[in-house]
Amino acid sequence: MSDSDRSAKRSAGMSGGRLIVVGNGMVGQRFVEALRARDHDRRWRVTVLAEERRPAYDRVRLSAFFDGVGAEELNLHTPDDGVELRLGEPALGIDRERRVVLTAAGEHPYDALVLATGSSAFVPPVAGTDLPGVFVYRTLDDLAAIREHARGRRAGAVIGGGLLGLEAANALRLLGLATSVVEFAPRLMPVQVDEAGGAMLRRYVEELGVTPYLGVATTALRPGPDGAVAALELTDGRTVDAELVVVAAGIRPRDELARAAGLPLGPRGGVLVDATCRTADERIWAVGECAAVDGTCHGLVAPGYATAEVVADRLLGGAATFPGADTATKLKLLGVDVASFGDAHGSTPGCLDVTFTDPATHTYAKLVLSDDAKTLLGGVLVGDASAYPTLRASVGGPLPAPPLALLAPAGGAAAGVGALPAATQVCSCNAVTRAEIDAAIAGGATDVPALKACTRAGTSCGSCVPMLKQLLDAAGVRQSTALCEHFDASRQELFDLVRVRGIRTFSQLIAEHGRGRGCDICKPVVASILASLGTGHVLDGEQASLQDTNDHFLANLQRDGSYSVVPRIPGGEITPEKLIVIGEVARDFGLYTKITGGQRIDLFGARVEQLPQIWRRLVDAGFESGHAYGKALRTVKSCVGETWCRYGVQDSVGLAVALELRYRGLRAPHKLKAAVSGCARECAEARGKDFGIIATETGWNLYLGGNGGFRPQHADLFATDLRTDELVTLIDRFLMYYIRTADRLQRTAAWLEAMEGGLDHLRSVIVDDSLGLCADLDAAMARHVAAYSDEWRDVLEDPERLRRFTSFVNAPDVPDPSIAFTVERGQPVPPRGTPPGAGADRRRQPVALGLPEVRR
Amino acid sequence: MSTLTMVDWTVICPLDRLDPDRGVAALVDGVQVALFRTGGELYAVDNLDPVGGAYVMSRGIVGCRGGRPTLASPLHKQVYELGTGRCLDLPDVVLRRHEVRCRDGVVEVRLRQEE
Repeated sequence: MSDSDRSAKRSAGMSGGRLIVVGNGMVGQRFVEALRARDHDRRWRVTVLAEERRPAYDRVRLSAFFDGVGAEELNLHTPDDGVELRLGEPALGIDRERRVVLTAAGEHPYDALVLATGSSAFVPPVAGTDLPGVFVYRTLDDLAAIREHARGRRAGAVIGGGLLGLEAANALRLLGLATSVVEFAPRLMPVQVDEAGGAMLRRYVEELGVTPYLGVATTALRPGPDGAVAALELTDGRTVDAELVVVAAGIRPRDELARAAGLPLGPRGGVLVDATCRTADERIWAVGECAAVDGTCHGLVAPGYATAEVVADRLLGGAATFPGADTATKLKLLGVDVASFGDAHGSTPGCLDVTFTDPATHTYAKLVLSDDAKTLLGGVLVGDASAYPTLRASVGGPLPAPPLALLAPAGGAAAGVGALPAATQVCSCNAVTRAEIDAAIAGGATDVPALKACTRAGTSCGSCVPMLKQLLDAAGVRQSTALCEHFDASRQELFDLVRVRGIRTFSQLIAEHGRGRGCDICKPVVASILASLGTGHVLDGEQASLQDTNDHFLANLQRDGSYSVVPRIPGGEITPEKLIVIGEVARDFGLYTKITGGQRIDLFGARVEQLPQIWRRLVDAGFESGHAYGKALRTVKSCVGETWCRYGVQDSVGLAVALELRYRGLRAPHKLKAAVSGCARECAEARGKDFGIIATETGWNLYLGGNGGFRPQHADLFATDLRTDELVTLIDRFLMYYIRTADRLQRTAAWLEAMEGGLDHLRSVIVDDSLGLCADLDAAMARHVAAYSDEWRDVLEDPERLRRFTSFVNAPDVPDPSIAFTVERGQPVPPRGTPPGAGADRRRQPVALGLPEVRR
Repeated sequence: MSTLTMVDWTVICPLDRLDPDRGVAALVDGVQVALFRTGGELYAVDNLDPVGGAYVMSRGIVGCRGGRPTLASPLHKQVYELGTGRCLDLPDVVLRRHEVRCRDGVVEVRLRQEE
């Protein structure tokens, strides 16, 4: 074929047609998404052949499976009508002559073929690897089998002390097995860390109760009496007890299809491709771990994604080439931060090392510098990887700060961010440069969520999020944390001032720590803080003047100036007698009734002077305030649970009632909602709540940080299979820590998102007690529970408080004439159209409507 | 009813019925007036929220901005200067003011005439 023929064929064949993708792993999926996102003319009809019966899932987070994260949550696949996904139909062969892929179901013709077959675990050729109880660590099915086999067994071992091996070791440890790790190299994670880093890592691993065997190999796996594996034999003659063995000794590219089709392979295997990711056959491409780009296979997901992008671009006529692999790694292994980047082993001729070892804090850091000590070549961090984002971004460039300043703990790295060049890649997952971040900041992005939204930086692995914050700081957009013009302190700082100094009044606080007389921003915040700390009834003394009108009248202001009343119905469970009382009250006071989203009943249209009368009737019937008016716990919604439901596995209503009664009246920076579902079907929609609980066969799973509303957010799984007392302790601490540290009007989702370290940090504070706060948080909640008193009843019992509930100070018996109703669907509602009060007053006047009318 | 011109002071209540920084509503010849006591001064404005159109201003939070006393609407939080009635958040929106005084421990209001 002449060159011109070839290019003619290429342009004809590559412009579109039938595209077969073999493999639906992370990279295969990314490739399909990238192609489909840019194939605006629908040039390619895509068929994906997948070996597994599950569509693509997040293998990087595979171990989260052991934290109770289900396959659904790890799922990466989004349905796409333009893509035919054939699960459980592996490709068996390629006929390059006829351009078809063969499967058990038949033949799939292609105009272009993309191999994304990934890799398989390398199992060393030693006796016994085929015994029952020996596993690899690649798929969800592998993990499910490991969990199953671990039941009732006590000792496990991992062959391989690399990244995957240590992850597997942690999994075995979590499954309750005494765990050993066998590594042929003289240190753990030999690829990523140097000898001293490996030594530090070893100390961590040993402290966690994992036994490393280093510098030895496994010679055989021996069965026990039941025929399953029972022990490992090592080259030094020792024997290691192991009733479950995970082989994590490396991976091998899945190149068998290419091999059988006669395509050239890389020197160490893998489908040989050039920098455009094309094989020797111009219609066949390879991406991800199966591809040997210019001869080298890459086992990390970031370079895999890069190959996916290259091929997607090429198939649509682009000219992308593989940019080279960033092998930088940062991960948390067994709770230890480990990072490695650039020339971590100092193999560049003449390079210099700067190392920092702190045995007290178990941190180790090494920077590899050029021979003139001016250029950063690479490095290793163990124990504290907070400097990683800055350092990784600085590789190949000048040091952003003196080496020791960069390595010193406590965020010394922040100093250097401002000096990073514009072309520096800040987010390597999504290839976002500093210049793009700076442009977004200049364009008005003033916080991390805004930067994430407009640049995609920080949306994949998240390790660059601290750097995004630092870049915001460097650009001078650090937002003031001052609450308002009267207080320079943030809400959190005010909370601590009030708590620690025992301040009881707003006047004292503003006199000692603020200025002026306060405003509609700081007053409700301080009122909420005082209420959270349990300083008496919200309407007592000066506190009354701090409250928003809802808190002031313990009811919810509506658009016509009337109020609505919501009695508490814990868990949404209510007796017929109580239902009848609500109906009678509504009828007698002419109130509109509606069922709320929180499984209770809202009574609308009450005038101020009617509120105490309505409460009197409700309180006498055993109701209390539902705090629908407060930044406080609202409801704990529930499904009916095992009491009635055929599928329920726990008493969700009982738990919801108990939780609602425990946390009722708890004032917080924003409203709090909760729910309990009695089984995984999740009928109570618990994951849409600030704290949601879903029953399992053996306990409760706790989800934190969800909400509905303007920006819906699913709660994240925080802990699994809890006993009820464990669950309550965690929720106690979560709520109290939130109340202490959140910003004004910041819901739990935003609070968690803004928290450095996110859920992991929260876990360290409220589970591991890293800040020594837990006893304090527990005591604070105990005080709240003990001090709870119904706010409605308290008003009814106090003439001084009751006095405020009149429409007119000079005419206490006159009802507000501006509140009048029409009837809609058999119920009273405020008139529509004109603002409610405008026609009722004798001084009819034009009303400046500055805002669109809010219809409810 | 026709527009009236009020020239007389109307007795409302004893001064101690006004809690500092917390409003009350009063009916003055059929007109709803919101009364406030803040920083040692008395203020009287329309109870009608000029934006939301409901009679709720007496239930707003009293505060100050730059040293001048303010009132925030409880409906949608627009802030007004109590001294001038001017809305600080929206141009050309004004809260009508009335005259108020304290004589012998008694609060009195005189409606401001229609302009």
